[in-house]
Amino acid sequence: MRGVFQNHLGLSIGRGNMAIRGDCNMNASWEHFEHQADIGVRGYGDTLEAAFEQAGLAMVAAMVPLERVGQPIRVVVHCEAPDCELLFVDWLNSILREMSLRRMVFSRFSVSIQGERLTGELWGEAMNNQRHEPSVEVKAATYYSLKVGRAAQGRWMAQCVVDV
Amino acid sequence: MNKTGLIRHSEWTWEVPRAGSMLVPGLLYASDALIEELDDKVYEQLSNVASLPGIVKAAYAMPDAHWGYGFPIGGVAAFDPKVGGVISAGGVGFDISCGVRTLLTPYFFDDLQPIRTKLADALFYHIPAGVGSTSRLRLTDREMTAMLTGGSQWAIEQGFGLPGDLDRIEYQGRCDEADPAEVSKEARHRQVEEMGTLGAGNHYLEVQIVREIFDESIARTFGLVPGGVVVSIHCGSRGLGHQVATEFSRRMVMDASEYGIHVRDRELASVPAYSPPGKSYYGAMRAAANCALANRQILSHFVREVFQTVMGGAPLPLLYDVSHNLCSLEDHELEGKKKRLFVHRKGATRALGPGHPELPDCYRETGQPVLVGGTMGTASYILAGTAEGDRLAFSSACHGAGRSQSRSQALKQYRGEDVVEKLRRRNITIKTRSYRGVAEEAPAAYKDVSEVVRATAGAGLARMVARLEPMICVKG
Repeated sequence: MRGVFQNHLGLSIGRGNMAIRGDCNMNASWEHFEHQADIGVRGYGDTLEAAFEQAGLAMVAAMVPLERVGQPIRVVVHCEAPDCELLFVDWLNSILREMSLRRMVFSRFSVSIQGERLTGELWGEAMNNQRHEPSVEVKAATYYSLKVGRAAQGRWMAQCVVDV
Repeated sequence: MNKTGLIRHSEWTWEVPRAGSMLVPGLLYASDALIEELDDKVYEQLSNVASLPGIVKAAYAMPDAHWGYGFPIGGVAAFDPKVGGVISAGGVGFDISCGVRTLLTPYFFDDLQPIRTKLADALFYHIPAGVGSTSRLRLTDREMTAMLTGGSQWAIEQGFGLPGDLDRIEYQGRCDEADPAEVSKEARHRQVEEMGTLGAGNHYLEVQIVREIFDESIARTFGLVPGGVVVSIHCGSRGLGHQVATEFSRRMVMDASEYGIHVRDRELASVPAYSPPGKSYYGAMRAAANCALANRQILSHFVREVFQTVMGGAPLPLLYDVSHNLCSLEDHELEGKKKRLFVHRKGATRALGPGHPELPDCYRETGQPVLVGGTMGTASYILAGTAEGDRLAFSSACHGAGRSQSRSQALKQYRGEDVVEKLRRRNITIKTRSYRGVAEEAPAAYKDVSEVVRATAGAGLARMVARLEPMICVKG
């Protein structure tokens, strides 16, 4: 499950915060990986889109407990980039931008990718410090330890370090 | 870090010799203990920085260096634009002009001890801190442009401070060559509600006690007395800075190859400093730095208001304000010639030595105050720049303790509630909205700041002036 990428990058796995999405894709999961000052976020899925969605959850989970975040509001974002890695960083940064501009937090994502274009749906609610108890603020997704590709058993994986 | 690949020049100086594509060597300033603790990734990152076009002398790592993204945190690198020297958004980082500001007070520990809880509560109530915090200020687009041009000067003109403050802020409170037109609509929108907010993570506001003086003469000039109380603020340019860095990092990733720059790590993407995208970034980054300067100025005003309410009318003059994530065009001597260089400091503090023309009259003889933030349970230090610092690392010093444990390691090992209780027993009051945040920032997750400062002073990068211990910490 933790596949060839872990060995290849020499990265150890962080907290075992595996969140299996039971709704449509049992193979989708996310995790954090070790970085001394910041946090590595990694998503797996049967499709590239699912891996992006899971990595988005990994990033939000670095800030708030996902199970405390309701999903009454939907926000749509669009990104465009010449390769999958850039598109991935753009995707994560678009989530952060919407969180900051709308003072919201999200706990469900749906991604569709066509060529160089990504459309993302973000479901969440207004940030509430009492309920969500955010710990850190992710400032940005970086290009460090950035990988998008096939992991073990043909699953897709997308990862990078986010700056906190 | 394995020492076998390093050449030791002195007790405190270690060289990463040139190899492969490195244009200059790497130089690490550290003690034996700090080198042993250093992650091998710092070595790799320093070697990568040393390979960037136009780098001069060396890629430096300060004693608090740790594994970052692209550049190491605690890294200093200078580039000569006349020989294709680059500018890199990754060399500044996402919290542009994050820094520390220290205010002096006329109080002593005994003055505050009886009202400690009241003061802590008032600071916690009035200083917007934590994820998503907002202040009561709302800037129009026109005001935003003025703020991005004027920095602390703008904030003082709006009534947040005293004209005398400006002498005691780097760049007189206003970074030149700021270009607000390069700051996008998104970046501005992210800042609309965030002026005068502390942020989260390792940002903080602390009431501190001067516990030890190492240099009485300089301490006197800095206004520091044994047992005296000071207030320090650690924060940066908030959402605006994050957005500027995000946009320009991407632009540099896209543009680098057009200039024949191919990097091992996309986070190192850079462009020639004098190219159109290089100039755009410099203007936007300096504008974001002004946002940080204005932000710390407004927060200082809030602190002064709280002290006025709780303690009465005594003023809180500024000791100094330093940035530790910034790129500046600076004059330095290189092989006997004066050169204008783009000096990147990512998690490193500028530390001008005595007599430097940019210093205000009050610090001309002492050298620049260097404010080093510790952890909420250990100590912070005040240092002063040295004359030899220019030769050693383009007048740069450490910025903090530097992490030794990752956040997830810290979360596994500590509970926020336990950390707060432990510190309470040591007479340190922690005010926080997130116990998880406290656990991630647990003092034991950081290097020994005293060792970092000892190495900084030992290497000659700065002189030790005073040690401060926290009394109240409002955590971001």
